[in-house]
Amino acid sequence: MPVPANLEFFIDATRCIGCQACIQACAECDTHKGHSMIQVDWVDRERSTQTVPVICMHCEWPTCAEVCPSDAIKRTADGVVQTARKPRCIACNNCVLACPFGIPKMHTEMKLMMKCDMCYDRASVGLKPMCASVCPSQALAFGTREEMERLRPNSRPVNDFQFGNQTIRTKVNVMIPRDTPREIVDVTASMYEPASGNELMDGLFSEAFEESEV
Amino acid sequence: MNQGEIGLQETVNGEATQPGDRQHGKPTRWRRDFPIDWPEDDYISRRELVKFVVLTSGAFVAGQGWIALKSWMEAPRNAWPVAAVATVEELPVGGAKTFHYPEGSPPRLLVRTGPETFVAYDQQCTHLLCPVIPAVERGQLHCPCHNGWFDLETGRPLAGPPNRPLTRILLQVREGTVYATGVEDAAA
Repeated sequence: MPVPANLEFFIDATRCIGCQACIQACAECDTHKGHSMIQVDWVDRERSTQTVPVICMHCEWPTCAEVCPSDAIKRTADGVVQTARKPRCIACNNCVLACPFGIPKMHTEMKLMMKCDMCYDRASVGLKPMCASVCPSQALAFGTREEMERLRPNSRPVNDFQFGNQTIRTKVNVMIPRDTPREIVDVTASMYEPASGNELMDGLFSEAFEESEV
Repeated sequence: MNQGEIGLQETVNGEATQPGDRQHGKPTRWRRDFPIDWPEDDYISRRELVKFVVLTSGAFVAGQGWIALKSWMEAPRNAWPVAAVATVEELPVGGAKTFHYPEGSPPRLLVRTGPETFVAYDQQCTHLLCPVIPAVERGQLHCPCHNGWFDLETGRPLAGPPNRPLTRILLQVREGTVYATGVEDAAA
């Protein structure tokens, strides 16, 4: 059974209180028994307690699947990108390195990549994924777009992201303040390091950055 | 964009970047062979095939073992009872009588073929279970339904549709009484 088309996932990082209930709940899910597929990251731990829950965004063109050399990562018809298929996964780590959001997790002891699959056993019958069902502040919310519109009049969902030259559209939405202009974070720009005077090192990434300027 | 800071860009065109395995929006040939979308994926890996073949043939082997064990468990190992079915005086030579042996069985047919000789068979024809009737003067048993004939001495089919012998009942004559002592195993 596919995930109902009207039900969508919404992440609102500003609501996250860092309780990590989602991490505990995630490990309870039957599609990835005992393994939590969710991360709660600190934004700037030195100065702030703000945390961000990170789940799979389920891309329109999943980069993890694009780079998979063994044809192991599959997306079901409802747009959910599934955990690598056990008979095919060769534990090469390509997906882990390629995913712009850092979602796939390599379990070397099982030689298997596992990732957030929106608790497919639950979502496919219309239930909320485990994380969304326990999140006390509903930073992770699963419901209809209308419901979200009504409950959060000051936010709006965004589902396209810029990573260098790559624009990614996702099935999962991120809530941003309604009246802000759409600003897209170029993640690769943060990798830039100012010139150090070392000719070899400075030249190393310059080409890549010139390209991304286009 | 000022490098060194996290760059902020105004809204992009909203069009997702298509990966290199697509030409004009359509997947390339190699991508069609190895599609990302599960419904289009019909490739069976060697490991999946081997798993299927091994498990399936293993199930067949286990099933055979189970059938053998079951038939061994259910094989009758109790001795046949001895039951008196008639007295010698009761039947004239060439006379016949039906009886049940063991109790509750389908009807059996006892025939006195000579002063001292008796034979007994299952009364049901091995073709379609019609009752057979003795034709002692011809030394045969006759099934009138489809004109089947059996040998009276051995129970073997002689003519007509039946092609399996009648099940024979083992008899013993002691002190003027005919006893049934067993049912001959059809396979033996």
